[in-house]
Amino acid sequence: MEIGVLALQGDFIEHYKVLQSLGVAARIVKLPAQLEGLDGLIIPGGESTTIGKLAVAYDLMGPLREFGRQKAIWGTCAGAIFLSKDAQRDQPLLNLMEIEVERNAFGRQVDSFEIDLSVPFLEDGGDVPYHAVFIRAPIISRVFGQAEVLLDLPDGRIVAAQQGKLLATSFHPELTSDARFHQYFLELAA
Amino acid sequence: MEQQVATFNVKKGLAQMLKGGVIMDVVTVDHAKIAEDAGAVAVMALERVPADIRADGGVARMSDPELIMKIMESVSIPVMAKCRIGHFVEAQILEAIGVDYIDESEVLTPADESHHIFKHDFKVPFVCGCRNLGEALRRIGEGAAMIRTKGEAGTGDVVEAVRHARTVLGEIRKLQNMPEDELMTFAKEIGAPYALVKETRELGRMPVVNFAAGGIATPADAALMMQLGVDGVFVGSGIFKSGDPAKRANAIVKATTHYNDPAILAEVSRNLGEPMVGRQISSIPEGELIAQRGW
Repeated sequence: MEIGVLALQGDFIEHYKVLQSLGVAARIVKLPAQLEGLDGLIIPGGESTTIGKLAVAYDLMGPLREFGRQKAIWGTCAGAIFLSKDAQRDQPLLNLMEIEVERNAFGRQVDSFEIDLSVPFLEDGGDVPYHAVFIRAPIISRVFGQAEVLLDLPDGRIVAAQQGKLLATSFHPELTSDARFHQYFLELAA
Repeated sequence: MEQQVATFNVKKGLAQMLKGGVIMDVVTVDHAKIAEDAGAVAVMALERVPADIRADGGVARMSDPELIMKIMESVSIPVMAKCRIGHFVEAQILEAIGVDYIDESEVLTPADESHHIFKHDFKVPFVCGCRNLGEALRRIGEGAAMIRTKGEAGTGDVVEAVRHARTVLGEIRKLQNMPEDELMTFAKEIGAPYALVKETRELGRMPVVNFAAGGIATPADAALMMQLGVDGVFVGSGIFKSGDPAKRANAIVKATTHYNDPAILAEVSRNLGEPMVGRQISSIPEGELIAQRGW
């Protein structure tokens, strides 16, 4: 199995290192031809406007949409926004996941936070809390069609969703040493 | 399930999200929108770009909060703003208006000639300049969550940015090849906290994100700094002092992503119009060099 990490901008090296630590072949993707033969793709955290504009400029929008119709894609934070159908403003989106997101939903940087969450579908998820890092994070304000809510905060705000092999998280599993979310994604990609 | 805000993790985490990107100096709402449209990952809101601060002389202070707030309202990307070295009240004001990052910057006139701000006390993260590893680790010790090599702001001459990046990255390489019993003396010599020296050696890199700044004016300059090994670039006067800011800004964004692809660098470098005029650093009297500010 080989997983790509979209490396237009953002914390792609962090994802790349987690994949390597799990013994999974990983590939940096900046241009369409580099998607060839991959089993899955991670779109990292970063600035969603920057990632979207670069994806348009280098003709990645079509190939990424095509990839996402067959293979697994996981977007973290900016990546989740990029996967969505609606970010409530004018910016390039892949329109792959039937979710609507609200950018910077928790406020500005001073409102960024960390929290332990119970995530039952992860390995040992019932017993060992998952430490989630939210940075100028979006929330998933609505899921529709084939998309399903995967995880919400105690106040009910949705922070993870899944649609077949497509996965979106508001937070950054790549910023912690806990690889359980990456393992969950690898099962989708397999 | 307690929610924790303003941890060092989330402070340095925002800088991690900016990696591979370009942070642009802007002095108006229109500039900020041009920067965002060109693909900037963040903007630095200020009243004058460094080239003008240099030309005008006088005391350079924090910008009017009104201007910064208007820029914050106009873009969706993070907004940074500068305070003077050691001026913790300017920093308190910037935190109160909710900027996403504070640059405790040598580009402004220092308010304290011995001390920098104790940055751990703030909820908002800080970026600070450095010329070498010791200076970088002292700033991180004070709480900086992001570092930028200083270069020489407002010149359009990349030579100091290269010198500072090579110095920092060279010192890290030296540190990695050093036997452990030499670490304490190395820490003493560079004036850095021992624990951070040890951490840097273990990580094989700076413990926080490290951008380049000061003199970057072309896509090739940006790619040069990226190939040397920094995580991203600040472009100050280089964009809005050039002939076609939107086009140049977009080209520098593309060059920062595709820094290792000469064919793309050639493509984006074509027909950019006039670059900023610039000023050769070797022609500047030593007393006027901004990078020397910082202790």
